[in-house]
Amino acid sequence: MTAFIVRRLAFVVLVLTAVSMLVFTITSLLPANVAYLILGSFAPPEQVKALELKLGLTDPIWQQYIRWATGFLSGDLGESPLLKRPIAPMLWEAVSRSLMLTGFSFVLIALIGIGLGLLAALRHGRTLDHGISVATYLGIAVPEFFWSIIVIIVFASWLGWLPASGYEPMSEGVWVWFKHLIAPTMTLVFGHLAHVSRLTRSSMIEVMQSPYVNAARAKGLPERVVVMRHALRNALLPTITVLALDFGRLMGGIVVVETVFAYPGLGRLVVFSIQNRDLPTLQAAILVVAAIYAFANLIADLLYAWLNPKIRFGVHVN
Amino acid sequence: MPLQLKAGLLITALIIGLSVLAPWIAPHPWDTISMRTRFLPPNSIYWLGTDEYGRDVLSRLLMGGRLSLMMGVSATLVSLVIGVPMGLAAGYFGGWIEEGLMRLADVMMAIPPIMLGLLVLAVTPPALWKTAVAVGFVYIPPIARLTRSVTLTLAGEDFVQAARARAESPTYILFREILPNAWPPLIVEASLRVTYAILLGSALSFLGLGAQPPSSDWGLMIAEARSFLDRAPWLALAPGFAMCALVIGINLIGDGARERLDPRLKARVGKSV
Repeated sequence: MTAFIVRRLAFVVLVLTAVSMLVFTITSLLPANVAYLILGSFAPPEQVKALELKLGLTDPIWQQYIRWATGFLSGDLGESPLLKRPIAPMLWEAVSRSLMLTGFSFVLIALIGIGLGLLAALRHGRTLDHGISVATYLGIAVPEFFWSIIVIIVFASWLGWLPASGYEPMSEGVWVWFKHLIAPTMTLVFGHLAHVSRLTRSSMIEVMQSPYVNAARAKGLPERVVVMRHALRNALLPTITVLALDFGRLMGGIVVVETVFAYPGLGRLVVFSIQNRDLPTLQAAILVVAAIYAFANLIADLLYAWLNPKIRFGVHVN
Repeated sequence: MPLQLKAGLLITALIIGLSVLAPWIAPHPWDTISMRTRFLPPNSIYWLGTDEYGRDVLSRLLMGGRLSLMMGVSATLVSLVIGVPMGLAAGYFGGWIEEGLMRLADVMMAIPPIMLGLLVLAVTPPALWKTAVAVGFVYIPPIARLTRSVTLTLAGEDFVQAARARAESPTYILFREILPNAWPPLIVEASLRVTYAILLGSALSFLGLGAQPPSSDWGLMIAEARSFLDRAPWLALAPGFAMCALVIGINLIGDGARERLDPRLKARVGKSV
């Protein structure tokens, strides 16, 4: 197992290095020029040239990359030329807010998704099962940005229960802070619930038909014990790995949701820095997203291996 | 034919038909601004109401359907054109070619699709065809992986061995012997990919990095409707539900087709974009 972990970790590091090169190359193709961004669009060309020289923008791209990468590794992310603020604290603030949002959503997705899947499996073939199946089918079809619109229309416009957008720090009061989290959380949960519950349902149905569940029933155990102690534990194996992958997917989901709800997290920072051609911020933010995404995938892999010994011993499974 | 395949074909055919015929059946011009008909709720003349410029929502919706479909299909073609040869080469040649190509796919998959799309689109001023290319680019890895695994199985078959024994060129073997046999799973996958592409493409349009006004792309329509959710919710609901219907239709086809191709397969587990 240790060798497996080391191998996977090394792979993550390699992938992230490659991602950083990819991100750096693509962003250096951007028509934006940091020098113009700092000096304003009408700066005299000589001044721009001087600043370009000073910032090293005339160096070959691989030199710029190495400078950027070493800075990144030592924790120096540079300064946003647009906001004239160091990137690192800004980024951490955004990351922590996004993790708050995704963490909340993640817990709810796990609880509700598994619950619904379990319920559907136990009522297999009956009305409740069909109801849940249809609902999850619809859930997959509704794009995230449309979920957010529905949530705003229903809970902000019609019912007036929630603020339509924005963020308040916890210092403004826990309830105020919490209220601003509900709508974006709901959107993320609706958008990601479906495949957790569908997977739980199908694996639960399979497990419930297996001989050992019959044996447990034959022993005369109460159904509740059979379901919760015997069946569910096994049925949750695939769900758990999918949940870990889901955490990575949520990192993609926050782009739209944070933009719609004006929630100042990582996703909004990415969109903001693209719209304003703020390259250094964009590079750093995307790399952080890729890192979180990669580690979520790694955890999914490790959990899968840990729960399923066949994988541990070098049998490669895609 | 399974029921879901039938239902899916019906829904999808309806939407494709309406979109293709849009210029002829749209009840009003989709882009004529009229300040006297702003924000009319759905009524007998404007079935789905009018928007902030007094344009007919139904007509815009029909025209937008073409854009979304075209975007989804062309994006999927982009991923097929690049991903299939990648997968063929990786699966057939093996060795460092396979290693290199598949690790490249891993790297691309290490960034969430929407972020990769944003990153690619950030390079140029937005336009819908660029969104299609970017979305196609994002979805190369899954196509390449699938092609590779299909190629791996086919490469061991007798007819491929025979072609090798005849000293056919690798190009001939890949495109004449292996590819025709690899199509069925690829086509099913590609048809499902179209919905992912439509969803991602409209999300990018929604974020302002796709279709530009006055285009009536569904993602853009929803984005523009955001400012008027209080007074004119139909502006967002119409394109939103249209998009859901399309996605449901295509998903039903995909699930139905998979079930036909592989009867052992149980209810498919949905994957998000």
